[in-house]
Amino acid sequence: MEVTMTVNGAKVSKDVEPRTLLVHFVRDQLGLTGTNIGCDTSSCGACTLHVNGESVKSCTMLAVQADGQDITTIEGMAKADGEMHPMQKAFQENHGLQCGYCTPGMVMAATSLLAENPHPTEQEVRHGLEGNLCRCTGYHNIVKAVLAAADGMAEV
Amino acid sequence: MFPSSFDYVRASSVSEAISILNNEEDAKLIAGGHSLLPLMKLRLANPSKLVDIGRISDLSYIEDRGDHVAIGALTRHHAIENSQVIKASVPMLSHVASLVGDPSVRHRGTLGGSVSHGDGASDLPAAILALDATLVITSGNGVREVEAKNFFKGFLETDLNQGEILTEIKVPKATGGWSYQKFNRRAQDWAIVGVAAVRNGSTKISLVNMASMPIRAEAVENALSGGASIDEAAALASEGIDPPSDLNASADYRRHLASVLVRRALAEANSN
Repeated sequence: MEVTMTVNGAKVSKDVEPRTLLVHFVRDQLGLTGTNIGCDTSSCGACTLHVNGESVKSCTMLAVQADGQDITTIEGMAKADGEMHPMQKAFQENHGLQCGYCTPGMVMAATSLLAENPHPTEQEVRHGLEGNLCRCTGYHNIVKAVLAAADGMAEV
Repeated sequence: MFPSSFDYVRASSVSEAISILNNEEDAKLIAGGHSLLPLMKLRLANPSKLVDIGRISDLSYIEDRGDHVAIGALTRHHAIENSQVIKASVPMLSHVASLVGDPSVRHRGTLGGSVSHGDGASDLPAAILALDATLVITSGNGVREVEAKNFFKGFLETDLNQGEILTEIKVPKATGGWSYQKFNRRAQDWAIVGVAAVRNGSTKISLVNMASMPIRAEAVENALSGGASIDEAAALASEGIDPPSDLNASADYRRHLASVLVRRALAEANSN
């Protein structure tokens, strides 16, 4: 069946099987491979993207459920001229990534967290990122990056 | 992993969803999909048709109705977690909602979906069981109400029949003492054992992951109403209950945990 949605600001229409998962849709049909597949069981958060501004694990949502919705993937975070989103900058500046596999999902979950709670405590950041696993165990700098982004984004 | 093939239709009203369910035996409802899709990806559920009720906006609400709070079945965990009405009137429910999965899961999962799924390891079904909630079920024949204690029937089995939709959960206000003890080893894991305790007149206790479905710890409740101490009552936590053994815990360990957690829950519920 045909689905139409806004992905990173642009309208897309595609024919999908109802069983197509949103993560497969963005990766395989739209070529947006920044969204990773990790555990495929809504545990690890590698596939986190935004649906109407809220973080969602796209391995546990059907593309047909996203019909008509506003989707943002990691590719939609930087500005058109390539300037990174403040959260991406904060991850870079605070060494918030090692192998990088969890990073797109971390950035999407962290921006959703700050949208709901612009000034989280360190504990709130740690709890807010519970659904995103970093198997390099680089959590300390990830939390540091999110706190730095919260400070930086508040100034903007 | 992806599910086997199915047809998909989006219902714009409860009556439309009911008529589709009545015409197709293997059709299943989907809302947030965070219970059903994992089962479908594992091919443990293979419905012929999914009826998406996730966009029926008039099933998402939280209303103060005097002696109880009425919650539309499509209300998401995230909304329950943050609702001022629920925080003020049924504080345990907002706390339990905040412990389900993780924030991204709570953006999608719905109370009605979790309760209809009826997983004995889930937090919210056990919470509404301890809170003595009433479930409002709509079908082509009208509306009926079922007490939570009569709703859960077995492993992922509830009182819902084909052609019926859980549309509202009525939760009596409970501003007395309460506690929710969720024991797990890692953030976002399911409870190995969980205990909900609510002091609202008498003390109600329900157990998570101690049986194939959410259950009340009746021996504890009866002992308490007979004047038993917390320690005496907690020792009865698994009386008459046959808990499962799995990768996380043996049945014996679960029995031990249940007693410890019931004791902690009663102590906390008595102090707040």
